[in-house]
Amino acid sequence: MEITTQEFKHCDLFKVKGRVDSATAPDFSSALEKANNDGHYKIVIDMSELEYMSSAGFRALLASQRNCKHLGRGELVLVSVPKRIQEALELAGFTELFKTFDNTVAAVGSF
Amino acid sequence: MPKITFPANFEVLDEIRDLVAQTAYEGGFTEKAIYSLQLAADEAASNIIEHAYEGVTNAAIEMTCEMRGDVIFITMHDTGRSFDPSKVKQPDIHADLSNRQIGGLGIYLMRKLMDEVSYESNSITGNKLTMTKRRG
Repeated sequence: MEITTQEFKHCDLFKVKGRVDSATAPDFSSALEKANNDGHYKIVIDMSELEYMSSAGFRALLASQRNCKHLGRGELVLVSVPKRIQEALELAGFTELFKTFDNTVAAVGSF
Repeated sequence: MPKITFPANFEVLDEIRDLVAQTAYEGGFTEKAIYSLQLAADEAASNIIEHAYEGVTNAAIEMTCEMRGDVIFITMHDTGRSFDPSKVKQPDIHADLSNRQIGGLGIYLMRKLMDEVSYESNSITGNKLTMTKRRG
């Protein structure tokens, strides 16, 4: 797994590549927590190059969404979710917890 | 069917998913089904490492993965704490954000993704998880 971050005026864009499982999810969580600890609660996750995500990754997303939405200070949104990952998120009932966008421009522009 | 022994740490999840993908591919499963099988095996192994072997070092998971006719059989054997997936409460997948449970999701996915998930626990021989899925 590889994460690259880009700060925009109104939100942070995280691009996560590769595979998020129990081995790599802690690093994914840490990156999201660091943004929150720096006072950044408007987060876009670009999943276009994500190959795989297990429930360990779903839990990291859930924890971060709670933190971002707390006190109405922000939100975490998803972009370009690959089909298989989208299906797994639907099975877990997670799609109703996250807004999703087809491209990063729309997602970044939503904040 | 040869048993493959993996050290019980999260670094082996890649290899476990590869083994399942190869068997399922050779068995004629679709790309969508292969992803589901990989996810179920990952969740099963992750649970063993995280819960059955919590605090245990040098532990191992003995795994088999094979086609029998048009059904894939995945088994995982461990000698850790018994952990019966059928006794874990199902998460409410429609709960709102603040009430959404963090735990139990892996087992929920295993049940949803596979046709059958069974678990046998024996105080001497250990725990054996068997998951099956028929090719569509």
